Amino acid sequence: MGVASLAQVSESPSVIVDGLCRSYGSVKAVDDLSFRVWPGEVFALLGPNGAGKSTTVEILEGHRSRDAGEVRVLGHDPARASSAFRDRIGIVLQEVGIERELTVCEILRHYGACYSRRRPVDEVLELVGLTGLGNQRTHRLSGGQKRRVDLALSLIGDPDLLFLDEPTTGFDPSARRQAWEMVDRLRSLGATVVLTSHYMDEVQALADRVLVIAGGRTVAEGTPDELRGAMDAETVVRTRFPIGADGTVDELLGSLSGRATVRDGWLEVRTKEATADLHRLTGWAAGRGMELEGLEVARPTLEDVYLDLVGGDATTVRGGPIDA
Amino acid sequence: MPDRPPPQMGLLVRQIGHQNRIFRRVPIAAFFTLAFPLMFMFLFASIFDDVDIGGGREVAAAQFYAPGLAVFTAASATYTNIGISTAIARDEGVLRRVRSTPLPRWVYLGGVVGSGVSIAAFGAALMLSVGIGFYGIEVESGRILPAAVTFVVGVASFAMLGLALTAVAPSAQGAPALAQATILPAAFVSDVFMPLGEDPARWMVLVGDIFPLKPFVHSFFAPFDPFRTGSAWEPEHLLVIAAWGVFGAVVAAWRFRWEPSVGSGGVRGRRSRRTQSSR
Repeated sequence: MGVASLAQVSESPSVIVDGLCRSYGSVKAVDDLSFRVWPGEVFALLGPNGAGKSTTVEILEGHRSRDAGEVRVLGHDPARASSAFRDRIGIVLQEVGIERELTVCEILRHYGACYSRRRPVDEVLELVGLTGLGNQRTHRLSGGQKRRVDLALSLIGDPDLLFLDEPTTGFDPSARRQAWEMVDRLRSLGATVVLTSHYMDEVQALADRVLVIAGGRTVAEGTPDELRGAMDAETVVRTRFPIGADGTVDELLGSLSGRATVRDGWLEVRTKEATADLHRLTGWAAGRGMELEGLEVARPTLEDVYLDLVGGDATTVRGGPIDA
Repeated sequence: MPDRPPPQMGLLVRQIGHQNRIFRRVPIAAFFTLAFPLMFMFLFASIFDDVDIGGGREVAAAQFYAPGLAVFTAASATYTNIGISTAIARDEGVLRRVRSTPLPRWVYLGGVVGSGVSIAAFGAALMLSVGIGFYGIEVESGRILPAAVTFVVGVASFAMLGLALTAVAPSAQGAPALAQATILPAAFVSDVFMPLGEDPARWMVLVGDIFPLKPFVHSFFAPFDPFRTGSAWEPEHLLVIAAWGVFGAVVAAWRFRWEPSVGSGGVRGRRSRRTQSSR
């Protein structure tokens, strides 16, 4: 994106990662990752569960040690994280708690006091959509509201760099939308954001640049448009498809020029010759008096690209939260 | 806009206030720490008569048990409260959050200890004020210093033992059990509620002498002891208490964790716990 490329000329990166490695026993969670994050961009680490996203982000935040590689975050080595480093970053962690007995405002004021710069409490409450809940004790808040308090706490110190580790996991769809709007507002304020996600649509909506990782390794990197551009020439044809309807199915599939897959009662064809393949498919169906239910012809979504890249099992990536 | 980090002493004072506020909002903790020992005081006062100490002088029975109960209050406010509440804060992820902020760790722990010590001082002062005001217990002004020094050494050591308790408690659920299983038996062999009597079993005396609560009780009682003549200092007791404090600090430094104890394994496990814990 324009912002990022301009920044690359004029400023040094907010995050530099070169050859990062981290193993847990014999499992390589992060295996030779390298990337840059530039000031003012929203950078996403995208991958399925266990891809190494959280490990990577926790290393950048100074919460986890690394085995090898160079890491610089705002010019600091996070492995020797000092108060000066933590003063300039904001973190939304997974599995993090707040004092149940205190009100939202009390907590924001308390944690705000330990930063050298801080945003006004009212402004932060408004930013995360908690206006009017400032005097509520936190144990009375819903899960989504608590997550907003997490976000508010990450913003209270007016950070130069914000880490959001799966910020919408466990949210219902409307809460996710609101969280997205929040990140958009942060972007318009010029914040630099590193986020992790296993939601394709989230990354598509939020990120300026995406690093797709699987098994701790880089699979692809680029803007959402660039990633999709790799497959721009292809068209996806989908339809409901009763399996074993007819012995001539193999013959049909063999006659198509694109790659055809049948799964869960759906036929999907990736093709560069959509017109011809569609003709063969509809001709075959019409010849049998068969209606192709749910027939659609579309450009590949980023999700299709993603599935291709991580070689993933569709059920672990497509759609909503995996373990909800 | 000057970007100066806030002064650390200011943060420490703030952190102590923060922990005290949390304590005030947990009525059950306040009850067991402050009201429970007071109830014992009222109970004992209605059971025991004044004591004849010879020479036609009588002193209130409270003279003998109020100092012990004040020590028990102080031990609860430091050892039990710090141990349990810090384990809960750890498992609820509060410590994990603290680590993600620029708040220095020593300031957080200093706040926890300072809060425990201030609650202990409040509780002990309350106990002794009630004792002096309602039951007529007495202390010579020349003996206030030994009592105060004993108190400071005691609460500092028991605060360290509280942090050690958090460090060795496998989980927040285990911490209260561990705390009660140590402090209550210790209280019974440490002359907290009443002296062991004329001829206590040897092992009880021995157990009491090994652990720090009895030295704390005896050293703090000495300035109140109406039979005692001469110095009210108990340097050997103080040494035992301080040694336990050092031991607690070493264990805490060695085993203290800032990460929640359960589910810190796989990413999937962590996440499903998070969804569960949205109480």
